[in-house]
Amino acid sequence: MKDESTLLEVKNLKTHFFLDEGTVKAVEGADLTIRRGGTLGVVGESGCGKSVMSYSILQLVESPGRIVAGQILFHRQLKCNGQSQMMDVIDLAALAPNSRAMRDIRGEEIAMIFQEPMTSLSPVHTIGNQIEEVITLHRRVDHATARRQAVDMLRRVGIPKPEERVDAYPFQLSGGMRQRAMIAMALACHPSLLIADEPTTALDVTTQAQILELIQELQRDLGMAVMLITHNLGMVAEICEEIVVMYLGEVVERADVFSLFREPLHPYTRALLRSIPRLGQIKQGRLDPIQGAVPDPYNRPVGCPFHPRCAQMMPGTCDRIHPELIERRDNRAVRCLLCEP
Amino acid sequence: MQTLTPEVMLEVNNLKMHFPIRKGFRQRVVGHVKAVDDVSFAVRRGETLGLVGESGCGKTTIGRCIMRAYDPTAGAILYCNAKNEQVDLAALKSSDLKPYRRELRMIFQDPYSSLNPRMTVLDIVGEPLKVHGVARGAELEDRVANLLKRVGLRPEYMRRYPHAFSGGQRQRIGIARALALDPRIVVADEAVSALDVSVQAQILNLLEDLQAELNLTYLFISHDLSVVEYVADRVAVMYVGKIVELAETTALFAQPKHPYTEALLSAVPKPDPTMRSKRIVLEGDVADPANPPRGCYFHPRCRYAEDRCKTETPALRAVGQVGNLSHFAACHRAEELNLRGVVS
Repeated sequence: MKDESTLLEVKNLKTHFFLDEGTVKAVEGADLTIRRGGTLGVVGESGCGKSVMSYSILQLVESPGRIVAGQILFHRQLKCNGQSQMMDVIDLAALAPNSRAMRDIRGEEIAMIFQEPMTSLSPVHTIGNQIEEVITLHRRVDHATARRQAVDMLRRVGIPKPEERVDAYPFQLSGGMRQRAMIAMALACHPSLLIADEPTTALDVTTQAQILELIQELQRDLGMAVMLITHNLGMVAEICEEIVVMYLGEVVERADVFSLFREPLHPYTRALLRSIPRLGQIKQGRLDPIQGAVPDPYNRPVGCPFHPRCAQMMPGTCDRIHPELIERRDNRAVRCLLCEP
Repeated sequence: MQTLTPEVMLEVNNLKMHFPIRKGFRQRVVGHVKAVDDVSFAVRRGETLGLVGESGCGKTTIGRCIMRAYDPTAGAILYCNAKNEQVDLAALKSSDLKPYRRELRMIFQDPYSSLNPRMTVLDIVGEPLKVHGVARGAELEDRVANLLKRVGLRPEYMRRYPHAFSGGQRQRIGIARALALDPRIVVADEAVSALDVSVQAQILNLLEDLQAELNLTYLFISHDLSVVEYVADRVAVMYVGKIVELAETTALFAQPKHPYTEALLSAVPKPDPTMRSKRIVLEGDVADPANPPRGCYFHPRCRYAEDRCKTETPALRAVGQVGNLSHFAACHRAEELNLRGVVS
């Protein structure tokens, strides 16, 4: 896929953490592409590297973590003379985390919303202050304009009485309102990509529905792409177009949402879909759990990382050969020896 | 005191739990948070009663009142004990509660904070046995080993500390601890919420096996409707300290009778992209339990609210019958509304 519509390509990304106990290979070969205006879901269990991957895109991985290999190609649209658009491809993985170029992209081109709005907002600044900071960092505007834009943004995300709430501190807002404030902050500079890392995990279902609705609506209006990182298969089924499944830092399957849920290819995806209780399904016997647990990150299994838990493990093959991500003709990809042509 | 029908093991009558709000230098009481406000329901022998609702609706408080971790403000918790005698747990002095601490046990949400990191698994699971003078020494170890086997852990691990176990294994330790004294009722408060989906299924299956094997009765508290639909025989839906609907599981999910249940069901993301449906997005936030609205607590967010809903508080009443189980709902318009459930 090398066309106009590509926004971000992650190629064979590896992010490792160098600890005293050993090296944790949090991301060990992630490949994905996000289209301009598209919605990509990244699913996996805790510890599969989905969050670290998104932090890597923004170069937010903290020491002792480091991107050790791979490319993150960001296709930036540059406005020349107001009309003709030029494409500029930057490799984010090659930029220094604190460089000017990276800081220009962060918040302006790519923004992120985090899981826990209470811990990711500053408790000692008003939400207005925090939104204004983003605006004044990236735009040459005065204080009054920034404040007006902050109020507009709060209104846009559905916070009632934004003129008053702009001076509220995070603790004065409910969980749903805080997440809205967070979204307002992320979208203040109209980014072309929004990374949402478990945006509704800390929220109740009815609030979750409000936030999902809001993200979809803003996406339609602002034309931004969304990368939704979640463990909730229901959420990706509801709003995503394409899905990437991760296991132990590797992308094991990539497909469009309908094919993935209709015909999952990787044994892990299949097992994952079988193990969840589904609403509205009359109880048919027992759940079919995946055996065992996600292995300890210091001792990655040799061969296919999923083989110790896989029901279709081929002894002598899966525990020796590490499968490659195979691109299929129907624009899907899968990392499994069973699916090799 | 009214007597319980034989199939009922626990009956909660008009339970209220109000927490005082204190303010100022003298810590004067300026109001009350009505965490549980006049709740009545029955738990039948051997069933799993699911209790669902959003955070702050009082579902955990009910569980804790039944365990008498809190002293309820008002109401009765009638319990039929192992000797078939009837007692009111809400009225008992704490010194008289000890025998019931064996019969009613709890499984907690967070497998990380609910296990003491400085105790070995043997100490954790064996503690209730020691406290109640059931076993000691070598017998204690035998019993702990058996309990660990029963929940699917290797008995050799009993001298390890909780940090050596994964989240799912820790939750199994918590379950073993709850089962140590052969309880009759287990209150599972968000027992699988902190676990990954693949592990969640393992624990749900385990809970189901143990129920069949040990003839347990569960009060299963959760915010996850798909999980509750899977485990529960009957489901109670709570909103701001009150039960708004209580019915047999399939009836409640297929034909909800309360608008809040309908909205809750439609808000759950379904893991099937072909079933993308229009979500009912509720306006506003959950009412403040310290200062709830007049009338029906749900009326400011309800799409079907009438004038009557703003003034009259609806009572929980039987609005239908499935088999021998009644379908209860607290809505003035329960009969006339045709609400959307989840299709299977």
